[in-house]
Amino acid sequence: MNLPLSAQLINLMAALLLLIAFAMLSQRRILSLIYLFAWQGAVLSANTLIVAWTTGQTHLYYSALITLALKVIALPWLLHRLIIRLNIKWDVETLINIPITMLIGIALVIFSFNLALPISQWAETITRGTLGIAIASVLLSFLMMITRRKAVPQVIGFLAMENGLFFAATSTTYGMPMVVELGIALDVLVGTFIFGIFFFQIRETFDSLDIRNLEKLKED
Amino acid sequence: MIETAFSQLFQTLLVVMLAPLMLGWINNCRAWLQNKSAPGLMQPYRTLRKLFHKDAVLAHNASSLFRVAPYLIFGCMVLAASIVPVVETNLPFAYVADAIALVGVFALARVFMALAAMDVGTAFGSLGARREMLVAFLAEPALLMVLFTPALISQSTSLNTMIETLAQREFAIYPSLAFAAVAFVMVLLAENARIPIDNPATHLELTMIHEAMILEYSARHLALMEWAAALKLMIYCAIGIALFMPWGIAAAGNWPLLPLATFVLVAKLLVAGGGLALLETVSAKMRIFRAPEFLGMAFLLGVLGMLTHFLLER
Repeated sequence: MNLPLSAQLINLMAALLLLIAFAMLSQRRILSLIYLFAWQGAVLSANTLIVAWTTGQTHLYYSALITLALKVIALPWLLHRLIIRLNIKWDVETLINIPITMLIGIALVIFSFNLALPISQWAETITRGTLGIAIASVLLSFLMMITRRKAVPQVIGFLAMENGLFFAATSTTYGMPMVVELGIALDVLVGTFIFGIFFFQIRETFDSLDIRNLEKLKED
Repeated sequence: MIETAFSQLFQTLLVVMLAPLMLGWINNCRAWLQNKSAPGLMQPYRTLRKLFHKDAVLAHNASSLFRVAPYLIFGCMVLAASIVPVVETNLPFAYVADAIALVGVFALARVFMALAAMDVGTAFGSLGARREMLVAFLAEPALLMVLFTPALISQSTSLNTMIETLAQREFAIYPSLAFAAVAFVMVLLAENARIPIDNPATHLELTMIHEAMILEYSARHLALMEWAAALKLMIYCAIGIALFMPWGIAAAGNWPLLPLATFVLVAKLLVAGGGLALLETVSAKMRIFRAPEFLGMAFLLGVLGMLTHFLLER
């Protein structure tokens, strides 16, 4: 293995991202989940910065800055305020128990690594090795959304999925055009606001944030 | 030939003799961190001396297995101490067993410990043995996964080759080794009855694992059991140091480098012991049924280490 230092750092960031994705999957407390989400944003931002520094793509500096402002500061702060307002301190309930979720997670990682290997062989970017991890973290966030019962962890899973997609974009094509990135950032921000309003509506109607209540179509 | 035999003897003796000191250092660090007055670095030696001078008391229905087990377990640990390259590589014993066989040596000691614990037939003994087996059967695959990552990097399961490859490579960041290192620390805590899994300082029946197994032992048998436990901790630390910070290890028969290697080893052990004490201070003891989750996490990290090796480092 003879990679330049920057590529090694990018690989390290990718590994950290994968680790955080698994930590989120195994986390039982909502507050820790939010902190982990903030950490994921921080790693993502640092990774974008390293890619920008190595490749000299100036627009990546801006997107690193947007990531930092939005995903490390604004969104976690917003979520934090939400869970205080909603007064939720319960442990996260999962549909499948956590060790089994982890095993499914490993299977997903193997699947996505296999999926990525032939693709990344054709790529010429410095970050090509990390595509597998990007796919894996998207799938793991997806798994988290599926296995959680309550609304707030599902939204965090959704946001983490967006992080994974962003990472995939950075690792395959050095990021999307600036307009697209700004649009996505705005979408995520507005989306979180709307989710916040949804939380209150769901709780007001059902006295709980359990998503299963939404499956019933009629009042009993 | 004679020279390598001497260095083998030196290393084994060094590890066996330093093991209680390491335990004393960890206990001291813990006491300092928890604002207690420290028992002194030499306390484990004093305990061992006291125990060796006492007369052994055996239960009426103890079989010969109960009496043989401490010697067997101590012997296994001394063998393990000779296999792991601690201060030198290329020792004659290093070729006896590779990493997988080393895990087997630990397993042998564990089986005898559990059998001896159940031998007398007290409730505590079998309780401890069952819990130990629960923890061990989860920790062992995790340990193997951890060892496979450096084995993949160095293309060999021999600890000797692994350490030489890792010590002589040019500096590079291996994310896979970082995963493996975290998993290794978790396995170390579980296998050596340290705090998130078991509290070595308690005799509370609800929580004890290791202490429950050696409850029936006294005098020299107990001394050997405790020494073996200290040795095991020392060997685990040595494996961790050898795999994840292997710099400064000497080649066999290289006498001029030996004092330096020993010095470096002691410095690293001091750091490792302090770190371990810190970890134990900041974390709380887990419920026993949380142990599978903890060790499942260690296993997962080990597997992730292997997978990231395949993805990123080839």
